[in-house]
Amino acid sequence: MGTRQSRGWVEKIFETWFAACAYLSVAVTAGIVLTLVWESWPFFQQVGLVEFLFEKEWTPLFSDAKFGIQPLLLGTLMTTLIACAVAVPLGILIAATLSEFMSSRMRQVIKPVIELLAGIPSVIFGYFALIVVTPFLQKWIPSLPGFSLLAAGLTMSFMILPLIVSLSEDALQAVPSSLREASQALGGTVWETTWKVILPSASSGIISACILGVSRAIGETMVVAIAAGQQPHWTLDPTEPAATMTAFMVQVALGDLPHGSLGYQTVFVVGLTLLLMTLAFNFLALQFRSRIRKSF
Amino acid sequence: MVESSKLSVQNLQFFYKSQQVLKNIFLDVTEKKVTALMGPSGCGKTTLLRCVNLMHELIPEASAHGKILLQPQNVNLLSDDMDPLWVRQRVGMVFQKPNPFPKSLFENVAYGLRLRGLKNKSELSGRVEVALKQAGLWVEVSDRMTHSALSLSGGQQQRLCIARALAVEPEVLLLDEPTSALDPISTAHIEEQLSEIKKQVTVMMVTHNLHQAARCSDETVFMLAGEIIEKGKSQKLFTNPQDKRTESYITGRFG
Amino acid sequence: METSTSRRKLFNQLMKILGLLGLGLSLVILLTLIFDLIIRGGSRIDFNFLTSFPSRRPSEAGLLSAWVGTLFVMLITAVMTILVGVSAAIYLEEYAKPGPMSRLIELNILNLSAMPSILYGLLALGIFVHQFRLGASLLTAGLTLSLLVLPIVIVSSREALRALPPNLKEASFALGATRFQTLIYYQLPSSLSGIMTGVILALSRAIGETAPLITIGALTYIAFLPKSIMDPFTVLPIQLFNWLSRPQPAFHVNAAAAGVILLFLTLSLNLLAIYIRIRVRKSVKW
Repeated sequence: MGTRQSRGWVEKIFETWFAACAYLSVAVTAGIVLTLVWESWPFFQQVGLVEFLFEKEWTPLFSDAKFGIQPLLLGTLMTTLIACAVAVPLGILIAATLSEFMSSRMRQVIKPVIELLAGIPSVIFGYFALIVVTPFLQKWIPSLPGFSLLAAGLTMSFMILPLIVSLSEDALQAVPSSLREASQALGGTVWETTWKVILPSASSGIISACILGVSRAIGETMVVAIAAGQQPHWTLDPTEPAATMTAFMVQVALGDLPHGSLGYQTVFVVGLTLLLMTLAFNFLALQFRSRIRKSF
Repeated sequence: MVESSKLSVQNLQFFYKSQQVLKNIFLDVTEKKVTALMGPSGCGKTTLLRCVNLMHELIPEASAHGKILLQPQNVNLLSDDMDPLWVRQRVGMVFQKPNPFPKSLFENVAYGLRLRGLKNKSELSGRVEVALKQAGLWVEVSDRMTHSALSLSGGQQQRLCIARALAVEPEVLLLDEPTSALDPISTAHIEEQLSEIKKQVTVMMVTHNLHQAARCSDETVFMLAGEIIEKGKSQKLFTNPQDKRTESYITGRFG
Repeated sequence: METSTSRRKLFNQLMKILGLLGLGLSLVILLTLIFDLIIRGGSRIDFNFLTSFPSRRPSEAGLLSAWVGTLFVMLITAVMTILVGVSAAIYLEEYAKPGPMSRLIELNILNLSAMPSILYGLLALGIFVHQFRLGASLLTAGLTLSLLVLPIVIVSSREALRALPPNLKEASFALGATRFQTLIYYQLPSSLSGIMTGVILALSRAIGETAPLITIGALTYIAFLPKSIMDPFTVLPIQLFNWLSRPQPAFHVNAAAAGVILLFLTLSLNLLAIYIRIRVRKSVKW
């Protein structure tokens, strides 16, 4: 009577359920890794790692099939590079302006707008890339084809811009105001303070933000599937069409994918490559994030 | 020796939103002396200090009216067309909590000099060394100038901030409760340096520590609720205060 | 040898203007794109468009199967994320002891929030579609998307629980309630708005997801309505993608119209979440 045991077991069941849900996140990561490795394994047994890495053509469905990841990798890297070349400097500039030059009232209005823009689905950006950006670019570069890495990359830059702005602005705001006061008391202008003191102090957070932007660009699927091109193409010319890793995966998935077929396997192989790249970047971003705490 | 006035505060009124924080402030700050501003919390001493280098402009809801004349230039620091950068090149400030930049010791002290476009390495090194000696820190850190400023102790950091302010050779140095966040030994160090510093620079220091004001300052201003109650030579003010309120504050009846 | 202050001030103004220009230009570009979408697609939206199935003729094609599919998938996703996401948050906030295991969980959640969505599709393809034999069904879609947006719900729910003042929890214990009762009778009801915000944000993310659903085999031409959760389906973003892939410009107009509706739904959900957040901040008086 009145002991602790009498009410115990219902709560125990719920506790176990709660714990299981939490550990699910570990299971999902493990699931992704295992699924990709498991389904890719037969591929690597047939096609060696050497061909995969060094062959310059990716034509898995041809009779004389070639399995080089380079064209897809190059497509992904080109679009990512274009996207980040625009979004990173522009994003940091905008974040610095928001954080250092604008009043907190203005920030309170603009930040939600940025978050709303960050929520626009990527398939709509795909629409923009194909229907608006490509014709616009064709006015300046008449030889530009209907699909190009350039159009996709530029559109993607606007897609990842809100992310970089938001995270960089957070990093800048985290720098203590006493540093701003010290610099201004020494006669520094707002820009000088920002450039010489605040940006360097927030560098870890900003770098982390940019790395996450890169990671997002690498994994982006719809914009490139719609506007960059469908054929894997080894090229360093952004005005040409080419398929990225993600675009390829979608392309194959749109067709029939009988379980265990070669097409089925290639999707997982490319997915595994994507996973490894993403994990590497996420890890890097985390390293920089943990550096932030040490600087003050 | 004729003592001249470095700063002449005339009819200063200060408002924060709709509240009047400083009322009818008239004050002459003597050149190359240490003037202490003291009073209980909320009396306006820090607000007054921050008007001199126009730091109040960083707060949109604050406004200052009246004159603060800088001599010998005879310009009103509070006038609308006064350039804050010009003012801050001549009036430096050290804050209550040490705020060194996350850079090396050398770069911290050289910061103000670099802002003014000084690039010559030997000249920079020379002026940095002079400033650190004035702040009484040179001996301790001369061999680790490239180390991060954050590796110093609290007291050392504050002396670094003093050196940083002195490096640009200001005419006036404003100290906002410079030792309140420090331990007694660091406090003593800094108080010692004041007698050296005042040979070059006029010093205005806010303190809530009576004894510090009595020890270190040549002149003292006692404030209460936004007004100056009494001011004069420190020796005289502390031994023979004229106003009853000054006396009560000094004897600890309130604080 | 001093750089004149007027030059420094000029440069300061220059940088400020440059930054504002960058901000303004970016906003203008994004808003122009959105307006362009609305202009191109807005007029196409009418009752017929919303109640017709897709067709080979663009003028007769409609969104019916797509938005019904979206509705059902969102329902399944919402149920799953609430059940699993809130539970995970409860465990992490109330029951987990700080240590390597909880750090592992948090690391995983962090990592998963930055995973390309298509990888979730691959996971689902391997496990749900083939291993569990659920096929390319509404159920698979719901499960896949709920895993994708789980980190969002977990993070928001944790924040909502953390925002509650600890002394009220203590008061509950002092009255003899168990941990579980405190959870059910005090903590969950009080953090409901924060949790709802998280679920709404999660749905706003899920509603626009295309790649993982294509990967699990969602078909792009569905001319019927699903009758059970095991039925094949399509969703709004996939229909948009399908129409966009056709060469005829008339289909592109349909795509724009679908885009307008998708954008409208996404923004409405986001605004709803922001509204709830503001309301809560105003009304909370501890």
